[in-house]
Amino acid sequence: MATPESTETVAVGLLVNGKKHDLRIDPRTSLLDCLRENLQLTGSKKGCDHGQCGACTVHVNGRRVNSCLCLAARHEGDEIITIEGVGQPENLHPLQAAFVACDAYQCGYCTSGQIMSAVALLQEPCGPEDGDVKELMSGNLCRCGAYPNIVAAIQKVRRAASAQKTG
Amino acid sequence: MKTFQLARASDSAEAIATAARATTAQQGAEIRFIAGGTTLLDLMKLNVEQPGKLIDVSRLPLGQIEARPDGGLMIGAVVRNSDLAHHPLVRRDYAVLSEALLSGASAQLRNMATTAGNLLQRTRCMYFRATDMACNKREPGSGCAAISGANRSLAILGTSEHCIATNPSDMNVALAALEASIHIRGTKGERSVPMADFHLLPGNTPERETVLEAGDLITHVTLPPPAPGSRSLYLKLRDRTSYEFALASAAVILTLDNGKLARARIALGGVGTRPWRSVEAESALTGQPATESVFRKAAEAALHDARPQSENGFKVELARRCLVHALKLAARIA
Repeated sequence: MATPESTETVAVGLLVNGKKHDLRIDPRTSLLDCLRENLQLTGSKKGCDHGQCGACTVHVNGRRVNSCLCLAARHEGDEIITIEGVGQPENLHPLQAAFVACDAYQCGYCTSGQIMSAVALLQEPCGPEDGDVKELMSGNLCRCGAYPNIVAAIQKVRRAASAQKTG
Repeated sequence: MKTFQLARASDSAEAIATAARATTAQQGAEIRFIAGGTTLLDLMKLNVEQPGKLIDVSRLPLGQIEARPDGGLMIGAVVRNSDLAHHPLVRRDYAVLSEALLSGASAQLRNMATTAGNLLQRTRCMYFRATDMACNKREPGSGCAAISGANRSLAILGTSEHCIATNPSDMNVALAALEASIHIRGTKGERSVPMADFHLLPGNTPERETVLEAGDLITHVTLPPPAPGSRSLYLKLRDRTSYEFALASAAVILTLDNGKLARARIALGGVGTRPWRSVEAESALTGQPATESVFRKAAEAALHDARPQSENGFKVELARRCLVHALKLAARIA
């Protein structure tokens, strides 16, 4: 997004996955571009860059947002969590494990956004049915059409969590 | 995207004084407030908006939802749409507002978008969003490419020969039916504007969408107390079942007394150049029995002045049926 006519930069301290980064950036830099280009956290993807596809979904102060529609410079001090902060290959988040178990992706481009949305969904008001999950996941597009398995993976984790709660 | 200065407002007075240096608060404003950013940044990426300065108002103390002494509700300008939709008082007393909010956008966008930002949400007309096309709203005097173009999703009520752009908000439709008041602080002090007067018809000046002047800051929205015994709901019809703008929608608030409609408040979405309150439908309902034939007459009255374009004639009947079905659901005769 930074183009040659840009002259001014602004200072911002970003707290990403528990680590503080002091940066100087073009004020136009989206949080998504900042994560990918300045911090090399390339797990968050750029699909549409207009808040329509959800591939860029991250958590800001515990809520899922489209990082392509955030200006990085406005997030001084906010707690930002990306897919890199959710789990590691040797220690997957239950949703990541469920995505693998349920074959909930094909090309994988939308997957980090899907998982960031789904992790947030676990803490949001959401009814028990598949339709309730579909409604709350509608901001994440999957052009491979892995939707049935994405819903299955999310429901698998929700059922395990509620069984643990009641058991 | 054109570059800009980014300032964080430390208080409302400073934000207002800075923004008042712009020549307009409407299309093309040189200085813009930013909170959720979901509309503004989108349009800045498209070069539809090119402000030289952004004033971040998201950390001003305008984020409260509070019950008012009169039994109504005060909603701060920067309350997130998701927080408003899930607030217990909204769910209990203003179901139509909660339902409208939850029918709009996606969970991510609702976590970002604010009350005031949603009030100022811009049209999705594709000609407005494409700088290589004629659009009187974006560039006054350039013409309207939509009137002879792809206008399937555009307005049938409140249009002019200069603009047929639809107001895309769901929240605004609920606020119109709820008779909300918009509270504004500007260089000349504070004032409140009824929802019905806040958005302007396009007429000869489609670039002017609201009553806001340079420096005007929306501080909060108030709702009157819920009508005792009333039932409300929001019904939205669209091309897909989620994450899509309305082709037609209806916000209805009914008070029934022994099967008769003692009071009705009606607004339509997806069909008007502004959130479309229909006092014609309300008059057709008030005092009448809650029957389908009465509802149908009200829907005819609401769409009486509809002026369809080449591709959106279907909206006239769709909006009628949407309203009739919403009324049947609210009156529980569906």
